[in-house]
Amino acid sequence: MQEKSLSEINERIRNGSARVVTAEEMPDLVDELGTAGAVREVDVVTTGTFGAMCSSGVFLNLGHSDPPIKIARAYLNRVEAYGGIAAVDLFLGATQPSEDRGIEYGGAHVMEDLVIGKQIEVEAHGSPSDCYPQMDLETSLRLEDFNQATVVNPRNAYQRYNAATNSSDRTMHTYMGTLLPGLGNVHYSGAGVLSPLSNDPGFEYIGVGTRIFLAGAQGYVIGAGTQHNPENGFSTLMVTGDLKRMNNSFLRAATFHKYGPSLYLGIGIPIPMLNERLAKSTAVRDSDITVPVQDYGIQRRDKPSVRMVSYEELKSGTIDLGGKEVSCSPLSSFQMAREVARTLKEQVERGEFLLSQAAEPLSRVGSSRPMKQTKESPNVGDVMSRDVVTVFEDIPVEKAAKLIISGSFDHLPVVSRDGRLIGIITAWDISKAVASGKPSRIAEIMTRRVHSVRLDEPIELAARTLDTHSISALPVVDREHKVIGMITSNHLSRLLARRR
Amino acid sequence: MKLMLHVAPGIVRHPLIASVILETEALVNIERASINAVSGEIVLEVPPEKVQEVMEAFERRGVRVVPLEIPVIRDESECVNCGACVSICPTGTFRFEDWRVVADSGKCIQCGACVVGCPQRALKLVLK
Repeated sequence: MQEKSLSEINERIRNGSARVVTAEEMPDLVDELGTAGAVREVDVVTTGTFGAMCSSGVFLNLGHSDPPIKIARAYLNRVEAYGGIAAVDLFLGATQPSEDRGIEYGGAHVMEDLVIGKQIEVEAHGSPSDCYPQMDLETSLRLEDFNQATVVNPRNAYQRYNAATNSSDRTMHTYMGTLLPGLGNVHYSGAGVLSPLSNDPGFEYIGVGTRIFLAGAQGYVIGAGTQHNPENGFSTLMVTGDLKRMNNSFLRAATFHKYGPSLYLGIGIPIPMLNERLAKSTAVRDSDITVPVQDYGIQRRDKPSVRMVSYEELKSGTIDLGGKEVSCSPLSSFQMAREVARTLKEQVERGEFLLSQAAEPLSRVGSSRPMKQTKESPNVGDVMSRDVVTVFEDIPVEKAAKLIISGSFDHLPVVSRDGRLIGIITAWDISKAVASGKPSRIAEIMTRRVHSVRLDEPIELAARTLDTHSISALPVVDREHKVIGMITSNHLSRLLARRR
Repeated sequence: MKLMLHVAPGIVRHPLIASVILETEALVNIERASINAVSGEIVLEVPPEKVQEVMEAFERRGVRVVPLEIPVIRDESECVNCGACVSICPTGTFRFEDWRVVADSGKCIQCGACVVGCPQRALKLVLK
């Protein structure tokens, strides 16, 4: 097997003779030269990814004030930073929204403002003591005023990421962007062929201490990221780097509509051609990397997968979902991922970026288990009323009015002859019908686009549905869509009143 | 060519589009319409040879007409070419050209789906 040492490669980088290609060029090279040939001909393969990396943030040290303060709570441009670390260390998380501008400005925006040289307003509240008598303070700081601004990102550079679609009947606003109803579109994220971890899924090179390109700075891999799940091909990295050395082109604040702030980051890892295993893994193509298309219309942790799809198919712009051609587009930028890989290539070629020996490989065992929930919240079935009165659509409006008066709900679910939910009628619909004085059968006035919940769904979902559609009651249905109960905003408020 | 019509209070109840069609015999397509009790905003697709005639006919009826020549305004310094706007556009205004997002003028109906869908807040509607 053809092999090379890391010091040999670094020597070539230092004297400017290293042969560097991007991971996009590698598959064809390996096809042409074979793995042994590729190890002989190529020294370094650069990778790159650029996309939303929510699990990011920065440790900031403000220096000590006089009189000194032990900061308990702090706001940077009205974005709260965590102050429970010593006296003047703060951690600012990328997804924290601001107090005044909400999700349109968040922790990521503060990071970007610092990088582009803007001054930010700092407001700190202390917990006074003999050592730290100061109660509160305000100051204005620029990036250079902080002693340290060390980015520490718990989970970045996902090896690959589930694509997203939406089977529900309403537009969903998610961290995967706007998802149109009825499988109206597909969004995906990740650089595929250029993805750093997809080019070294066995951690032959990438490990603890690996030097990386982090938003223009030279940063390092701290270790495996949170939710690292290499067994299933969803490895992640925890990384660090100096914010003062980062470049705004590769660090961009973002806001996902009706979701929250996030940070777009450019990350690249140069992979040395130490052996044929690395030549083989860096020859990965978009067609080799597949992900499930998950249904974000289901607002649960375990979203059903509609199908498996490769990055090659995703990048083609349309995929087939159940016989329908669906438009798909990325949320991450492949143009910027290329820019990362290209910039890194130039840095290696100029001898500015040396490769590093990992202290140890990334863990091949991960953990991405669901949360252990010891206090289960009730399901719809635990709270709903079972004594629901249903009606057929051919009854007269007067009869529906009488049923509402004599019953306990302002709503009457309308069902087909076999008990399936087909509509709903409210006291308001009846008043409207009486006021206009026309219809005689409820079929003419009922709402046919009726929302419902299932018995085994958590009440949080029912509450969210009521809130989203500004309605006050939902029929509860079984798997056959037959009405078995009713849940109302009264049920939910009663539950809250009892809990408090 | 797409025309955006701003219909002021007072004339919004008149059958404006129908009368303009009868007068000009233009085969128009209503791409988007939001009309309430007091005013309206309508986007029409009009064949190129009829644009001038249709515009004048509407203006005579008191409708403000704006030709939609630029689809959306994109702040190039904010755009990262991610593509979040591509698949959510109902008329396919955006597409990739070597992984850079390009916009085809003439397709946009000013619905604003891309404006809120853009994570970088790089897009603005012409007329807002």
